Amino acid sequence: MVYSYYPGCTLKTKAKVLDKNARLCAEVLGFTLEEVEEWQCCGAVYPMGADEIATKLPAVRALHAASEKEQGIVTLCSACHHVLKRVNEDMCQNKDLQTTVNNYLAQEETPYTYHGETTVLHYLEILRDQIGFDNLAAKVKNPLTGRKIGAYYGCMLLRPSSVMQFDDPENPTILEDFIKAIGAEPVVYPYRNECCGGYISLKEKALAEEMSQKIADNALSKGAEVLITACPLCLYNMKKPDGETLPTVYFTELLAEALGLKEE
Amino acid sequence: MHGNKDHQADQIRAISGAEDRKCMKCGKCSASCPSYDVMDVRPHQFVSYLRGGDIDAMLNAQSIWKCVSCFACVERCPQDVKPAQIIEAARLMVIRQQGENYLSPDDVPELLDPELPQQLLASAFRKYAK
Ligand code: SF4
Ligand code: SF4
Repeated sequence: MVYSYYPGCTLKTKAKVLDKNARLCAEVLGFTLEEVEEWQCCGAVYPMGADEIATKLPAVRALHAASEKEQGIVTLCSACHHVLKRVNEDMCQNKDLQTTVNNYLAQEETPYTYHGETTVLHYLEILRDQIGFDNLAAKVKNPLTGRKIGAYYGCMLLRPSSVMQFDDPENPTILEDFIKAIGAEPVVYPYRNECCGGYISLKEKALAEEMSQKIADNALSKGAEVLITACPLCLYNMKKPDGETLPTVYFTELLAEALGLKEE
Repeated sequence: MHGNKDHQADQIRAISGAEDRKCMKCGKCSASCPSYDVMDVRPHQFVSYLRGGDIDAMLNAQSIWKCVSCFACVERCPQDVKPAQIIEAARLMVIRQQGENYLSPDDVPELLDPELPQQLLASAFRKYAK
């Protein structure tokens, strides 16, 4: 299966390791990520304002590029996924937005229209719904036996659940099922869907650290030895409390390790 | 600052798409908010102020810079009011005014550290500046 792939700005820079392992693992698991040509940064936050149009266009352009190839579009970064999914939902449901955006698109070099045709998928959803965690488990060469791993979901993948439809927003299980599939032991802790502080860590460092510390303390108290995330900003914020006591890594790093693809 | 209060309230309703009139004052939004302790105006109060037309209280609130857009209030509101979208609309009404950006490119160098992801700058500029 071939999917259009939207890496986003951070996977080309600080989070290269998230991107690289995801592509390697995809090939082993039998799907290909084909990068969208000339994609633009999605802006990293969903523009909630109903009159915000220009800020939604980068997402629309990527969604349209995938629809041209009749492919679903796959993301890894939780924020990119959130933006693409919600803008796509708007383009399906909101007729006024559809009209205004399509008026813009009519001015592009090659004019086109878009009405939310593309399926937006997170990489984890492919593992769960297309590959299946049982099949993933069968491909594991190097099970991470005995490792106690806490799933850190954060906000963007789960909420608002009416649009994201990723998992139960209060009691998600997809990452725990992933952890089991790679042979490790999931550590369930209540704060796994609390916010790490997000963009507030730029200007309100103390407040962001307080939020991430609460999550880290909670995970440690339940016995987690490491946290996994899909989001570069969560990773950055979760490193602040005490990255040595409780490191945070991308889920694709552990996936690569379990599939025997980790470089020494 | 922006014409009459009813007009401003309707403007915030239009930008936010939020439904302040459905609020039943249960307080779940504020109870869910990770920034609650540091907010001068709490999420449920934004809803009440919009309903009462007290727009200045919303636009002057420091809370608009403390909300992390985590959507906990949106998820947990039993009435689907969407308080985060009211706060976003207030933030937008402030930063759309000339000279009211909360972040300028000149601020950035001293806020950087070697680990900081691009995503953080992209999102902060989207939230704090026009
Ligand atoms: S979106 Fe903002 S107001 Fe709502 S719970 Fe999160 S931080 Fe609080
Ligand atoms: S959770 Fe919803 S109904 Fe309850 S106070 Fe907040 S906005 Fe009103």
